[in-house]
Amino acid sequence: MSLVQLLIDATALGAVLALVAMGIALVFGVMRLVNFAYGELITVGAYTLMLTKGWPIVLRVLASFGVVIALSLLMELVFRPLRRATAATMLVATFAVSFLLQNMFLLIFGPQGETIEFLAPLNRAIEIGDLRIRWITIVAIVLGAALLGFMAWLLGKTSVGLQMRAAAADFDTARILGVRAGRVIALAFVLAGFLAAAVTLVLAVQRPLATPTYGFFILVPALVGVVVGGLGKLVPATLGGFGIGFMTVILGDVLPSGSRVFLNSVLFAIVIIVLLVRPDGLFIGRTGVAERV
Amino acid sequence: MRALRRWWPLVGPSLLVIAVALGAQFLPLSTQLQVRSVLVTTVIVVALYVFVGNSGVMSFGQVSFVAVGAFAAGLAAAPAAVKPNTFPKLIPFLAELEIGNIESLVLAAAVGGLFAFVVGIPLMRLSGLSAGIATFAVLIITNNVLRNWEAIGPGAKTLSLIPQTTFFIQATVGLLIVMAVAYVYQTSRNGRRLRASREDAAAAQSSGIDIHRERLWAFTLSGVLGGFAGGLLVHQLGSITTQQVFLDLAFVTLAMLVVGGIGSLWGAVVGALLIAGINAFLAEAQRGITIGSFDLELPGGTRLLTLGVVMLVVLLFKPTGLTGSRELTWPFSRSRSPRIASPAEPLGSPSAKAAGRSEADGGDPSATEQ
Repeated sequence: MSLVQLLIDATALGAVLALVAMGIALVFGVMRLVNFAYGELITVGAYTLMLTKGWPIVLRVLASFGVVIALSLLMELVFRPLRRATAATMLVATFAVSFLLQNMFLLIFGPQGETIEFLAPLNRAIEIGDLRIRWITIVAIVLGAALLGFMAWLLGKTSVGLQMRAAAADFDTARILGVRAGRVIALAFVLAGFLAAAVTLVLAVQRPLATPTYGFFILVPALVGVVVGGLGKLVPATLGGFGIGFMTVILGDVLPSGSRVFLNSVLFAIVIIVLLVRPDGLFIGRTGVAERV
Repeated sequence: MRALRRWWPLVGPSLLVIAVALGAQFLPLSTQLQVRSVLVTTVIVVALYVFVGNSGVMSFGQVSFVAVGAFAAGLAAAPAAVKPNTFPKLIPFLAELEIGNIESLVLAAAVGGLFAFVVGIPLMRLSGLSAGIATFAVLIITNNVLRNWEAIGPGAKTLSLIPQTTFFIQATVGLLIVMAVAYVYQTSRNGRRLRASREDAAAAQSSGIDIHRERLWAFTLSGVLGGFAGGLLVHQLGSITTQQVFLDLAFVTLAMLVVGGIGSLWGAVVGALLIAGINAFLAEAQRGITIGSFDLELPGGTRLLTLGVVMLVVLLFKPTGLTGSRELTWPFSRSRSPRIASPAEPLGSPSAKAAGRSEADGGDPSATEQ
């Protein structure tokens, strides 16, 4: 495989995981909540696309956005009593929600998986020289870049964005200065849901089989990326998500084929080393208050 | 009497465990099997508690020690006559090894402890979510290696024909031993130092406590107990795959600990017995059971769903867990001692900025990690 091809594939997976990472980091920023149930938003989106098979594309997209954002807001409602709970309690509460939803999907749709049949032609490849690029790869990269740009604009240039950043930086002070806590948190969940729905569109083409753990297996690497990149801040977290996706593809190519089954070991060994060297996150400057003992 | 009172936080939970084990003798055989697995699960949760509860550092990695212990004990105890045929790539030493029940449990504990010690040396420098993710990484790596390196394990195949020696006696005695070790540790000098660092890391450090060393101690001890739990588990199941000691078990045991109350032995025991108990009950109910005069048969799949609901409801209404992270108090004292503010919080927030967040609770949890 040529280097350019490899870089394009790596960028595509990186872009998807960057969006997931951003969704996780948005909610963490305003609520200090690591949402393990975030993957289930993606799963719900996939099932919605699957259930609306015969509909026009636009309606299917709208339906999945609607359902995903609604579920995201519902999660906000559930986690609301826990805003002041300890981090461990919040974390386990999100496990419980994730566990609950996964088993609900299992009960309703069964373990086998259902074909989504969404824009399958995008899986065809165009050939430029010896490069083979699937359309969906281009879509993933463009969509990822566009959404990241949009989020950068929203957070950087608008009033609500400023409020969210203020809340993420120092929640209590932001409240004193008149930032409406409930609204900011709800908005974070809406935006996170929006990103999850967008990710679903790309994934539904790439992986057309919806299973109860569809989103969970995207969430795990993204979450790791978020912590490695730097959980407290949006841009580092997003970069971390991108980095994990990018590294996965690169490692998959670099490792000799005999030891490719150990890809996860190598990847997570790198994760551990990065965490040991930069416990606050790879893309966060040294602050001097690193949590090390 | 005074001694009993002093040891009550250990004696009380132990009596509960004994009552559960004895009570199970009057139940049908299939239920007895469920209770046995509840007891073994509780061993895992107590092993997890020894590190997470005392240090306040989140760890998803303790299940890797359970896994390593389970495979060490399982491989060592499986009959040497069949191993070379079933697992041709196994190194000769392991293939020819065949040891007894107790020896294999000791081996499991030793391997678990050694593994935890080696992993802990670098990892115990981390706190908060970095520690959570790093230990999670350890779990992924452990599973990945056990599943794919066929020289040291069964790989993706099922390891079977392990003597099923974890009956009631072994499960109960094993649990009581682990609880006793946990309690002795948490009231020992090392345990108290570690708990001090959980409450206020800066104050503990300035009092001369070497937090890294204390955490490493607890992590290693937790590894020993986790490995032992793995040994009990494999002797209970008789056959095991790498996926049985992976993410699901890690999440479920952590949830049990938090639901019970993360900071106390009583919480670990209550959470594990309750959640594993409900789980076992629902598993039976799905097959159909008779309670008194009416028959209950739940549709398949309701078990895990109900479990999720129970965990969520408990956490929403009692965020500090069912026991409030307190030890069991002596029930016969005349004046009830004043309630102490809720104990400190594990898994501190990774940024100092979050610290002020929970001041409204009285005792501030998340500030302590910094």
